[in-house]
Amino acid sequence: MAHSADHGHGADHPPSEQAHFVQHHPSWKTYVLVGAILVLITAVEVMAFYTPAWEQSRIYVPSMLILSSLKFAIVVMFYMHLKYDHKLFRALFTGPFIVAGLTLVALLFLFGQLAIRLGVMG
Amino acid sequence: MASIAQAGHVNDPHDAHVGHHYTSTGLDNRKIAIWAFIGSECMLFASLISTYMIYKGRSLKGPFPHEAWTNPQTNQSFPAILDIPITSASTFVLLMSSLAMVLAHNAVVHSREPKATALQRLGGSSKLWLAMTAILGMVFLGFQAYEFTAFVHEGLSIRTNLFGSSFFTLTGFHGAHVTAGVLWLWSLFAIDVKRGLGPDDALNVDLSALYWHFVDVIWIVIFTLVYLIP
Repeated sequence: MAHSADHGHGADHPPSEQAHFVQHHPSWKTYVLVGAILVLITAVEVMAFYTPAWEQSRIYVPSMLILSSLKFAIVVMFYMHLKYDHKLFRALFTGPFIVAGLTLVALLFLFGQLAIRLGVMG
Repeated sequence: MASIAQAGHVNDPHDAHVGHHYTSTGLDNRKIAIWAFIGSECMLFASLISTYMIYKGRSLKGPFPHEAWTNPQTNQSFPAILDIPITSASTFVLLMSSLAMVLAHNAVVHSREPKATALQRLGGSSKLWLAMTAILGMVFLGFQAYEFTAFVHEGLSIRTNLFGSSFFTLTGFHGAHVTAGVLWLWSLFAIDVKRGLGPDDALNVDLSALYWHFVDVIWIVIFTLVYLIP
């Protein structure tokens, strides 16, 4: 499973891109390392859920969202190869993903599940 | 081959011969299609997750996800219904299935390379990793079936309250996607057993891998928003 020019992605890329892709494509060791990192982050999330001091603090929800986003980004970048792949694929994913995220946030504001606290002005 | 004619551009006649359908961008149209499909799936799951989040905390009666509840009419008590240890285990299983999937793809890509040691033969066995991915997917579905059954026995069905409706719809749609992925993986495994998968098939495996990883990232979001954030 060593690094090789004979990579599957190369088949769907023109030759110039193929060379670029092969040069940057991760090895199976990287995949295993990424898997271990994903398990570690999940373990931290579950540990946070069962740690009352953390679970009841104000940083709990933001920290959970950050950890989840980190896992999401790692899978998309390394396992889905978006880090190394053609920019058109990146656009095809990130475009709808951003629209979906904005729609979600807009709906939460619209139905009162999110609110901006501007403070008391007097 | 009709798609090649529509695209109007083939980089290499040999590639066209083995079924790689290039577009004028120089990219295979099947890979563009799967990314466009995944993009549209983002919108689908965003709508389902939005619905769950909007209805969160608005159920008039229990059982509730994170709080115990006593029915005032019958005095029957219901504990918090979500089982975090079980779901953590199923999340671990799905993450490991993603690792197995990426190793299956890697094995197909490097299938023609000589393998000297037993470890190299094991790591380079696409059949092993494809079967492992599909089995882990089935284990995840088993966890989900157990969870759904337990919820129904504890008094939460899709008709009980807003939480039940949005929860079963969201996780049920995800489970349906996992089921489709498992069927896709077993079909690839069958092809591998029948004639063997080689580097020429890498794109076919890549398409299923992209779908499978997408199902995984959706679960990463669901696990945090539904299970871990009260």
